[in-house]
Amino acid sequence: MTNSKAGNFMNVQFAARSENESFARVVVAAFVSRLDPTMDELNDLKTVVSEAVTNCIIHGYDSDPEGIVTISASLDNETVHLTIEDQGRGIEDLELAQQPLYTSKPELERSGMGFTIMENFMDEFEVTSEPGHGTSISMKKTIVSKKALYN
Amino acid sequence: MNSHVEMEHHRGVLIVRLSGELDHHAADFVRMDLDEAIMRGQVSHLVLSLKHLQFMDSSGLGVILGRYKLIHSKGGKMVVCDATAPVKRLLEMSGLFKIMPLYDDESTALSDLEVAL
Repeated sequence: MTNSKAGNFMNVQFAARSENESFARVVVAAFVSRLDPTMDELNDLKTVVSEAVTNCIIHGYDSDPEGIVTISASLDNETVHLTIEDQGRGIEDLELAQQPLYTSKPELERSGMGFTIMENFMDEFEVTSEPGHGTSISMKKTIVSKKALYN
Repeated sequence: MNSHVEMEHHRGVLIVRLSGELDHHAADFVRMDLDEAIMRGQVSHLVLSLKHLQFMDSSGLGVILGRYKLIHSKGGKMVVCDATAPVKRLLEMSGLFKIMPLYDDESTALSDLEVAL
């Protein structure tokens, strides 16, 4: 577990329902707020949480609300570690899934930009997936505190 | 519902003002509202104002691209205006400005569209 280190951490689990997407964004934003992030940094984090949680709901669980989404976050000095995972169907072809504009669900009017956004908005980004068992996304972002900018 | 849609018809142009948060949850409601207005009214062109949109993710991009396809298939034009910095960044990343111009505000968008009519 990434939580064994001394830094602060939190775990949250919730039903794979679309109304929980805004909840997930707010929870992570509130947890990270102690690092005094800029509005842009906060928006980046909220966006990647939204992308990852939406993927769990739509792709991991095929919109089955019985599914459970888990978010783990920890703070290591100024660095936020985020893991967002599901125990859903998994991704068969990870390389294809990460192509910009590729979507496995064009009928749902998906833009195919989710992974591209996560990669762009975070410093580090890694997907692991096992078909039939689920997908886990681990990301890192170092917050350049507003205080540091002013000094 | 955490997203709001305000619509106004102006000489064949549908002006849509989005506010709140446009994520996957809100996308279905926004999509239905817009498609109903586009199919029912005498809509040739669409101006999408993002001035009061506080949050958008790739689900929002999907909604915008879908409406573009619909308007485009009817021979119309779709433009966006007043995007906040984070929304603009997302639109840029997706390459949306290659197919849809961005205007500073509604009136500039409207006057350009009416020239194009």
